[in-house]
Amino acid sequence: MSMDIRVEELKDKSLWEPIPESEKMGAEALTAPQVTFWGDVWRRFRKNRLAVIGLVLLVIILLFALVGPLVSPYPYDKQDYNAILEPPNFAHPFGTDYVGRDLFTRVMYGARISLAVGFLAAMVQLVIGVLYGGISGFMGGKVDEIMMRIVDIMYAIPILLIVILLMVVLGPGLVNIFLALGFFYWLGMARIVRSQILTLKEEEFVLAARVLGASTKRLLLRHLIPNAMGPVIVTVTLNIPNAIFTEAFLSYIGLGVSAPMASLGSLASDGVEYIRTAPWLMLFPALTIALIALAFNFVGDGLRDSLDPRLRR
Amino acid sequence: MSKNVILKIENLKTWFPVTGGFPKKVVGYVKAVDGVSFEVYEGETLGIVGESGCGKTTLGRTIVRLYKPTDGKIWFKNEELTHLSDKELLPYRRKIQMVFQDPYASLNPRMTVAEIIGEALDIHKLYKTKEERQERIYQLLETVGLVREHANRFPHEFSGGQRQRIGIARALAVQPELIVLDEPISALDVSIQAQVVNVLIDLQEKYGLTYLFIAHDLSMVRYISDRVIVMYLGNVVEEAPSRELFRKPLHPYTEALLSAVPIPDPKIARQRKRIILQGEVPSPLNPPPGCPFSTRCPYAKDICFKEKPQLKEVGGRKVACHFPLE
Repeated sequence: MSMDIRVEELKDKSLWEPIPESEKMGAEALTAPQVTFWGDVWRRFRKNRLAVIGLVLLVIILLFALVGPLVSPYPYDKQDYNAILEPPNFAHPFGTDYVGRDLFTRVMYGARISLAVGFLAAMVQLVIGVLYGGISGFMGGKVDEIMMRIVDIMYAIPILLIVILLMVVLGPGLVNIFLALGFFYWLGMARIVRSQILTLKEEEFVLAARVLGASTKRLLLRHLIPNAMGPVIVTVTLNIPNAIFTEAFLSYIGLGVSAPMASLGSLASDGVEYIRTAPWLMLFPALTIALIALAFNFVGDGLRDSLDPRLRR
Repeated sequence: MSKNVILKIENLKTWFPVTGGFPKKVVGYVKAVDGVSFEVYEGETLGIVGESGCGKTTLGRTIVRLYKPTDGKIWFKNEELTHLSDKELLPYRRKIQMVFQDPYASLNPRMTVAEIIGEALDIHKLYKTKEERQERIYQLLETVGLVREHANRFPHEFSGGQRQRIGIARALAVQPELIVLDEPISALDVSIQAQVVNVLIDLQEKYGLTYLFIAHDLSMVRYISDRVIVMYLGNVVEEAPSRELFRKPLHPYTEALLSAVPIPDPKIARQRKRIILQGEVPSPLNPPPGCPFSTRCPYAKDICFKEKPQLKEVGGRKVACHFPLE
C-alpha cells in the first residue's frame, strides 16, 4: 500500500530543531496566581450581591438569636401588667403582647428555635443523608436497590402524621418536631448523594485510584464525597428554610412548643387573635421567619452558582 | 528484543449483563470483549486498534482488573490474576498501571498535584520519611518534564498536555513494569500529542517499560508500536508486527481501516483506493453467528456467515479470517 508516513524521518532528530534548554521551563510555567478550589468559590460568591446580603443577614440574625436573649433586660416569660399590648417603642422595639411580655425578646428566642431546627436539619442531612446515599451509590446492585426502596417508602409517609403520632406517645413538645424532622430530612439528601456517587464512581480519576489499589474508605472519603460536596452544600442551605417553615407551621397549628416558650410559629399564631388591635404581634414573628428563609435562599442560590463547575473558566 | 512474556491473555471474555423488567432479570449480555488471546513481551509496545465500541477500552480495563472478566485468564509473568481478591491484587497493582484517556477527568479536581502523585506512594507505602515522599514527588514531576513549583497547584490550572503528564507521573510513582495506555493522546491537540508520545518513548527507554497502547489513531500506533493487534466487535481479527501490518494487511477489516488513514500528500492520496465499508457495526448484544465482520466484509462467502474463523498463524503473524488477503 502506498501510504507511507516516513517513520524513519520522524525519528531522525537532526530534522528537528531543539528548543534551547533555557526556554524549556518557560513553556511549562504557570503564570496565573494560585487559586484553591474554595478560594475560587469565594471569589465568585462575593460577586453575587444578593448572596452576600443573605450571608450578612444570616450573621446578624444568628447574633441576635444567640447573644440577644442574654443581654435583653426582659426575660422571655416575664409578664408586665403595666405594659400590655404596647405598640413598638424605645423600651420594647417590637411592642408587648397581651400579658405584657417583651415581643423582641420572645422573637429572639423564637429565632433561636428556628435556627436550632435548621441546624438539626442540616446535621441530619450531612450525617445520615450523605452516608446513606454514599453507601447506596457506591455499593450499587442489590444493596442500592433495597436502600433506595426504603427511602421511597419513607417518602410516602406524611410528616404531619408522624408528628401527631409522636405527640400521642411522647406528649406535646419540641422534641416531637425534632424527631420528626430528623426522621425525614435526610431522605432527599440521600437521593442526591447517591446519584452524585453513581456518576462520580465511573469518572476516570476514581478508576485511577482503584487501579492504584485505593481502599473503599479512601475512595469514599478522598475522592467521592469531596467531589459530591458542591450539590450537598447547596441542598443543605436550600433545605434549611424548608425545615424552619415546617417547624413554624407545626407550631402554628399548636403541635410544637408549649407556653410560655415561644417559637416564631406559635408567636405568629398567638398574634392572629390581635391582628386588628395589635398587628405587630403577628407582623414581627412572621417577618422574622420570612427574613431567615430569604437569607438562606439567597445564600443557597449564591452557593449553587459559585460551586457549579460549568461556570469555571 | 528479549522474548519474555510479561502478560498473557487467554480467551478473555468480558460480558456486561443487560437487565430489564420487574423484578429485574438478565435479558442478554453485551459482549464487549468476546474471547481474546494474546501475549505481551517485556519491553515492547503492543498497539491495540479498532473503531469506537470494539472493546479496546474494556479490554484494557479488564487487564487492570477494573472489570471482572466473565471468562478466560490473565497471567502476569507466572501469576494468574484473574480471580484474585482486591487485597491479593495489591502487589500487582504496583506492577500494572494505567494512563487514562481524558486528561480533564482523570485527575481529582479537589487534590493538588502533590496529593495526586503522593496518593500512589501512600497506598503502597513507598517512603520512610515525609522528606523522602516530597523528594520523590518532585523527582517524578521532573521525569515527565514538569517543574517542582507545580506540586502545589490544582489540576484545573494545567493544560491538557501537562495534565496528561501528571497522569503519567502518577502511574510511574509505583514503578510499574507494564502500563496500559488507554488512548492517552486522543483527547489532546495534535501539537501536544507528539510531546506526550515523546515523553512516553523516553520513559520506556529509561525504565524498560512495557506498553499496551490502546488507540484509534493508526499513524500514532504505527509510530510507537512494535506489534499491533486489530480488534473488531470484541474479537482480535489480526495480530502482526507493526511494520508488516501496515505494509500488507491480511484481514479485510485491517485493509479497510488502513485505507482510511489520511496521507499528507494529496497526489498519493488521490490515487489510492479507499475501501468504504457498508452498513454499521453489529450490536455487541447480538453479534453475527459466523465471522464478526461477515456482515460488512466485501469478500464474504457462505462459510463466513456460518462459521467463526479462529485466530491462526499465517507466516509469523496471526489472522482470523477464512480467506486472508494475499
